[in-house]
This record gives sequence, structure tokens and C-alpha cells, in this order.
Amino acid sequence: MKSIVRKLLVSCAVVASTAAFAQADKVVMGVSIPAATHGWAGGVVYWANRTQGELEKQYPGIKVVVKTAGSAAEQANQIQDLQTVNKINTLVILPFESAPLTQPVAQIKNKGVFITVVDRGLTDTSAQNAYVAGDNPGFGKVAAEYMAKALGGKGDLVILRGIPTVIDNQRVDAFNEVIKANPGMKVLDAKHGNWNRDDAFKVMQDYLTRFKKIDAVWASDDDMAVGVQKAIEQAKRSDVKLVIGGAGAKGYIKKVMDGDPIVTADVTYSPSMIADAMKLTADSRVKGTAMPATTIIPSLLITKENAAKYYFPDSPF
Amino acid sequence: MPPAPTSAPVSGPSPGQTPGQSPAGASRLAQLVQQIGPLLGLVLLCIAGTVLNPDFATTDNILNVLTRTAFIGIIAVGMTFVIISGGIDLSVGSMAALIAGSMILLMNTISGSLGSPYLVVGIGIAFALLLGALFGLAHGLLITKGRIEPFIVTLGTLGIFRAYLTYFANGGAITLDNAVSDIYSPVYYGSVLGLPIPIWVLLLMAVAGGVVLNRTRYGRYVQAIGSNEQVARYAAVEVDRIKILTYVVLGLCVGVATVLYVPRLGSASPTTGLLWELEAIASVIVGGTALKGGEGKIAGTVIGAILLSVISNILNLTSIISVYLNAAVQGVVIIIVAFLQRSRR
Repeated sequence: MKSIVRKLLVSCAVVASTAAFAQADKVVMGVSIPAATHGWAGGVVYWANRTQGELEKQYPGIKVVVKTAGSAAEQANQIQDLQTVNKINTLVILPFESAPLTQPVAQIKNKGVFITVVDRGLTDTSAQNAYVAGDNPGFGKVAAEYMAKALGGKGDLVILRGIPTVIDNQRVDAFNEVIKANPGMKVLDAKHGNWNRDDAFKVMQDYLTRFKKIDAVWASDDDMAVGVQKAIEQAKRSDVKLVIGGAGAKGYIKKVMDGDPIVTADVTYSPSMIADAMKLTADSRVKGTAMPATTIIPSLLITKENAAKYYFPDSPF
Repeated sequence: MPPAPTSAPVSGPSPGQTPGQSPAGASRLAQLVQQIGPLLGLVLLCIAGTVLNPDFATTDNILNVLTRTAFIGIIAVGMTFVIISGGIDLSVGSMAALIAGSMILLMNTISGSLGSPYLVVGIGIAFALLLGALFGLAHGLLITKGRIEPFIVTLGTLGIFRAYLTYFANGGAITLDNAVSDIYSPVYYGSVLGLPIPIWVLLLMAVAGGVVLNRTRYGRYVQAIGSNEQVARYAAVEVDRIKILTYVVLGLCVGVATVLYVPRLGSASPTTGLLWELEAIASVIVGGTALKGGEGKIAGTVIGAILLSVISNILNLTSIISVYLNAAVQGVVIIIVAFLQRSRR
């Protein structure tokens, strides 16, 4: 019984590999992304699906398969299926977590699949052909520079951090570095709001109880900025002159566009980076040109003047 | 007429120890600590909080903490009934999220055609309560008539509820229209006689819960079923009906909590109500209810819920330890309080 199963498996594998070989000239792109469990990830799903249609229209013959996964383990199984069932020869992946997915991705790469990794780099970079990511240090730096300018280089601020991760550390470190260069500015405290409206609301309420004067809040995320603004509203505090979020959520951008007195700017860390990665990869695969090993999508400042360019009312994020 | 079950919550002297013997004094002290364990923990915590930051004891801060405790507190009152009856409900956080999302979608849809925003909010609230009761009913039926373990039923619906919210929200947030939001927001932010409305609702629910649990036949039956389901059945207690009702009560409590939650941020997202089930269950257990069922106290549950939010409040008001260790402090306090009120075996 066992040997029959083994034989079957072997013959399947042979069929699979010859099939893959036969279609070597046709690009079959698998896109593996985390499921829409929070706003930003919802944006990733939206952009991936939107770009799928665009690419298939732009490059006749290309096939794009988008899959979402609810956990790192599910994603590892999924990319295996993409390779064996969908016979992909190109994979664009936004890994759930870096470490657990490095091995599974490396295995797929060994079978000849071109790998583009997005946002979260693998722990072994030889498992990827190209890397496309947002600029996390830049995300903190741009926000801090805007804040320093807006406050004239002096003031007391509080920070709401995300979920403890490498990304969050890079952002906060870069932010603090800029603030340190402005001796008039002081960070009163930095606590985790977990990129979540409710937690941010509570943390901000407690900041307002604890500090009688807060000039500015770096909410470091548009979702957290929602909770922060509600807490300020409730406490009826007029000392807070500036709240800065981050990412580029449509509700937040709308506020910047409409000239909100406190929410005057945002810093991009757009989920559309999955679209950029898919486009760059498709272009290089179809034309056979080399793709740059690393592409960093800069974190840009959004103010009232350029907000319309970043406003996507159809996106869920 | 079935015989009334023995009143389990009142603890007598431990077996093998006749009152009047010398260890009785120590045992009475131990009993007292056990009875007021959670309250003692809360008082000690509040003293610690005031010493660490005098702002802790300000009225504004205390009202903030109590107001945010309301959601978990109200759900925990319902959860107390379910746990005393020997059941469990893991889905309450997801349920709250789905009710919040559905309620907002409904209100946004009807706000165009209905003239009065007050009517829109009224319909939204009624819908939330109805939905909560229906979800509870579904749980109760699956558990009693379907004979599936409550752990499995509610683990299943935990996933189902949150998945549907995420689906409705398309992964983003469902946001309430501004016109309705303005009318609705006093339900969270407004005060009556100086106390915010959510605190009043929590108080009312807790008092009602206490009366129902200890002063009505239904409450006695719930305790009887948790103590010994077979005996309750032989005593002609309609076990299935009583059990279904406890899940409906919990569903209603989740509905009430959601009605208070929605006006706070005016939105529901896939992170809404995340881990509320653990906070609610922890409040019940820290408050002195046995996880195996049979006995419990509503007052303890409310104190348990307040205790949990006080811990995180104090951690936010100070920066003596690394933020990475917040969860560890919470864990230590929960275990200490549970130790103070541990029951004799």
C-alpha cells in the first residue's frame, strides 16, 4: 500500500516537473499574502486583487493567482500547493513572519521558481531573488522631521507604538534619533497601542491623565490615530496641537485633505507596495530583464497639498 | 416541585474541623481572606497605583477606568451564569465584533430612508440586542439539543463570527455615518448624575444579575446544574431549557456591551473585541467563581473585571518597568489574586 502511494507521488512529481518545464516561457505568478485581519492587510488584499486584473490585461498570456493565508503555517502549505497544483514559476510573497517561512520559500526557489519577497525580509536572503519593501526607518524619520518643523523645534510629545516587532523598533528608533537632534523636544513616554483603535484609545486616555501638557502625538498608525483623536475629544484638551498617524488610510487622508486642525499630515507606508512588487516582477519576467535585488519604496509625507493623490475611496483601507 | 439545591456559595467550616477548636480562628481568617480576596487585591492595587502616580486617584481617571471596564464587566456578568452552569463561551469577543459591524451596517443603510436619527439609533440598538440573543440561542441549542461540548461549539463560532465581520468589512473598518454617530455618541460619552452611562449600565446589569442568581428559582437551578447535572435532572429541573437560557442571557449581555462600545469609536474592525473572551473569563474566575461550575458571585466578577483594567491603567500611568513586560505584570497579579481567594479542596 505504502509503495503504491509512493509510486503515485513520484509519478505526480514527474508530471508536475515536465508540465512546469513545458510552460517555461509562460509566466505563472503566485501571489501569497496574509489574510485581511486588520486594516493594512485588508489594503494588501485589495491591491493584490486589483493588480491581478491589471497585469493580465497588460501582459496577455501571464497568469496571476492570488492566495491569502491566516497564519504562517497555512502560508507555508499554500506556497507548496501553488508550486505543485498551480505550477507557478514566479512567486510574490508577503511573508506572515520572516523566520518560519524562510525554509519553505527556499525549497520552492530550489525548484526553479523566481521569488520576490515583499515587506518582511527572509532570515536567509539567498532564498529570494528580489526584495521589495517599505522604508521603515524613513517612516519614523519623516514623521519626526515634520513634527519638529510644525512645532518649531520644541514641545512635549508622546508616542504610541505598534505591536512589538522589528518593524516597530526601526520606526521608533529613527523617530527618536531626529527628536534627539532637537533639544527643545522631549518624548514623555512611548507605549504599545498594538496598531489597534481600542488599545490606542485607552493608552491615550491614560497619557492625558498623566501629562497635563502634550503638544503632539505620534500615533505611528492611522488606525491608532482614530483612537487617539477620540480620547482627546473626550478629555476636551486643547493643548494637543498635532497628531500624526501613518500608512495612508482613506479616512485619515480625507481628514488631511479637508484641512483638519490637528491631523495635518500623514506618512505613507502603503499596502499598495504589493502592487509595485507584482508589477516590477511581472515586467522583469516577461521581458527577461534583471530585477534589482532590493527595491525600497520611500515613505513620503502627505499634506493637504498632495493628499488627493493618495486618496483611494474604493480601497477598504 | 423540585427541592431547592443547597446554597453552594455560602462556605461553612472545612470538613473534619469542628468549630470552637483552636485552629478555627486561623481558619476563619483564611475564610475571610478567601471571601474578600479579589476586593483585597483591588484595594492593594489601588493603593499601589496612588503611590506610583497621584493622578491615579483623580475622579477623571477612576471614571475613565470604570467606563472602559463596562464592556468586559457586562459580558462577564453573563459569563458568570454560563460558567456556574458548567459551560463556557469562547466566542464573546468575536460575537461583539460581528454585532457591532452588523449594527453599524444596518444603521448606515436605514439612515438614508428614515428621517429621525433617533429612530435609526433605536432600531440599531434593538437589532444588536436581538442579534445577541439569537446567537446565544444558537449556542444553547447546539450545546443541549446537538450535544456538542460548549468549548467546541463556541470555538467554532469564535472563528465564524470574526470571519464574517472581516468579510463584511472587506478587511478594513466599518464606520458609522457622522450624522448618526453624533446622536449616538452620548451613550458612551454622556453622564447621568455625574456618572458616565456605561457605568450605570454595568451597575444595573450587575445588580440584576446578582438578584437573578441568588434570589430566583432560575438562579438556583443554574447553580444546581453546575454542581451536579445528573442530580438536577433527577430533581425534575429542565436542564436543557435552563442551559439554553444562560447562553441567551450571555448573548444579550454581549449585545448590551456592543451597544455601549459602538458609540465610543463609531467603528468596528477585525481587531474589535479581540481577546475579550479571555478577559471576561479571567474576570469571572479571578472574582471567585469556580471554572468547574456550581458556585460563583456576581460582585466578585465585577471586581475581577475592574481589577484587570486597573492593572493596565497603572502600567500606562507609570514607566517604571519596560513596556515589553506589561503582560507579565498582569499575569502575576491575576495569579496572586486567584491565590488569595483559592477554594479549599
